[in-house]
Amino acid sequence: MSETKTQKSKSLWQHAFSELTRDKLAMLCLTVVIVYAISAIASALGFIGADWAKEVGPSYAPPSGDHIFGLDIFGRSVFDKMVKGTEVAMSIGLVTALISMVIGVTLGATAGYFGGKIDEFIVWFYTTFTSIPYIMLLVAITFILGKGLVAIYLALGLTSWVGLCRLIRGEVIRHKDREYVHAAAAIGGGDFRKLFLHILPNVLHIVIINFSLQFQTAIKAEVILSFLGLGVQGRPSWGTMIDDAKLELARGVWWQLAAATLAMWIVVLSLNILGDALRDALDPKLKGK
Amino acid sequence: MNIWAYIIRRLLYVIPVLLGVCLIIFVLFNLVSPDPTLIMLGKHASVSQMEDLRRELGLDRPWFLQYLDVVKSAFTFDFGRSWSTKQEIIEMIKAGAIPSLTLSIPAFVISTFLSISISLFVAFFRGTILDRTIVFLCVTMMSISSLAYILFGQWFFAFKLGLFEISGYEFGFPYFIPYVILPVLIWVMLGIGPDVRFYRTIILDEIYQDYVRTARAKGLSENKIMFKHVLKNAMIPIITYVIIQIPFLILGALLLETFFSIPGLGGIVLSAINSSDFPVVKAMTILISVAYIIFSVLTDVMYTLVDPRVRLK
Repeated sequence: MSETKTQKSKSLWQHAFSELTRDKLAMLCLTVVIVYAISAIASALGFIGADWAKEVGPSYAPPSGDHIFGLDIFGRSVFDKMVKGTEVAMSIGLVTALISMVIGVTLGATAGYFGGKIDEFIVWFYTTFTSIPYIMLLVAITFILGKGLVAIYLALGLTSWVGLCRLIRGEVIRHKDREYVHAAAAIGGGDFRKLFLHILPNVLHIVIINFSLQFQTAIKAEVILSFLGLGVQGRPSWGTMIDDAKLELARGVWWQLAAATLAMWIVVLSLNILGDALRDALDPKLKGK
Repeated sequence: MNIWAYIIRRLLYVIPVLLGVCLIIFVLFNLVSPDPTLIMLGKHASVSQMEDLRRELGLDRPWFLQYLDVVKSAFTFDFGRSWSTKQEIIEMIKAGAIPSLTLSIPAFVISTFLSISISLFVAFFRGTILDRTIVFLCVTMMSISSLAYILFGQWFFAFKLGLFEISGYEFGFPYFIPYVILPVLIWVMLGIGPDVRFYRTIILDEIYQDYVRTARAKGLSENKIMFKHVLKNAMIPIITYVIIQIPFLILGALLLETFFSIPGLGGIVLSAINSSDFPVVKAMTILISVAYIIFSVLTDVMYTLVDPRVRLK
């Protein structure tokens, strides 16, 4: 008995870490995501997929030993395009998730912590925002920003913060009158200190879970934007590859659709499973279920 | 708080939200979007041509009058004429709504019914291999791009196997059916993954409540607990989720309608997007937003009447 008392109890993060590392499927998914991230960086630095624009054979050559995913209309290797597409997909996932995280956490924490008129204003703002159909908002923002990668980052980021904002607001309201926050105030902590050093670390798990979900939602949304003609230009992306397939399938050219769908499916699935594993490990409410 | 006071307050909250929606739409389309006259007249338009067109479209008036126009259209549904086809927008919407609804209503009903049934089944077998397999399947299905489903479904089932119409549409009751079967099936496939997962979570949230333990303790059968207690309580969030999706059914499915050449609202919106036809895009946005606001008020009011706990908040 005395032994267990002196033993330091595991913190939420230690507990979550040990739970995650024991989950083999989650670890596999994490490895997959890391491999994708490394491929994206390697492709951005020009180590892999740099020759995607080179003509290596006849137009629409089917998959063969040399080119496992065949060639596209211009005789370019679909495999190289798929690899190069990782760069666009991963950067869209990362930047979009970051933008929505910053907006969601800032607005949610401000509303929840200060309450009153500020809270009313922010709640009004996101209620209004969610009343407008997502796809219309997305289209309107890309109208304004024009085409290109930056427009996609902003359009997807600016339209995806409401869910996180709502959650953070609720959590901050629950936390702000807890004893540890009063204690921080008693030793002279100001609003900023209380909010960022004391309350936010306690709601960080929500941010992390949301981040992994936002990441994969953005990767999927890029396909829709490509279809609407608002996608990436001048470089391969999975969205434009899938969109190209609408003209190719009738001629029996299925490999470009297959390659892009497969590449996207693996990473989105991994992020989904990882997100669920993170939720199970980090959300104390679900413990023991 | 008095229940009627709460309901009236909730109803009044519609006004600021509606004004806010109009404000966002106005800011996006009238203030910060690129000059529409430039898009309509092309790069070589003269300044006087542009000024004339601006006057014709009413874009030279002070901003608050233009904002008032947006607000007015949210009440009167008078959206003016399309810039590209010159038709009355409300007439275009009326004509497009029917084909859209013939696709979206059956698809929505089938996928909702199927998802709730599967999730009940899965929740009943929670924690078993069966549960885990189905959840894994759901996650797998929702990780595939929706465009890939549509492209593959149309190519394989309609083009290769010839089981369904590849595309097209006919108006009138029995005639439209062959054209919507495949899009409906694809819609169901697209929705089933996320929906089953969502409903399952709701039902499991209820299963772990104290009242279920009490019911078990007094010796009720698992069937009775599931259908009499759990389902009854889970129905509130489920119905909310179902109702709140209805406004978006008007839009049909932008992607499905385009691929299957169904002359619905999705196609109208898409061509408006491609031709920068702002009034049409604005009209559709306002219409769906208004519908969304009305439906969310309805669910909130219904919530209040059904669940006494809500009023305490």
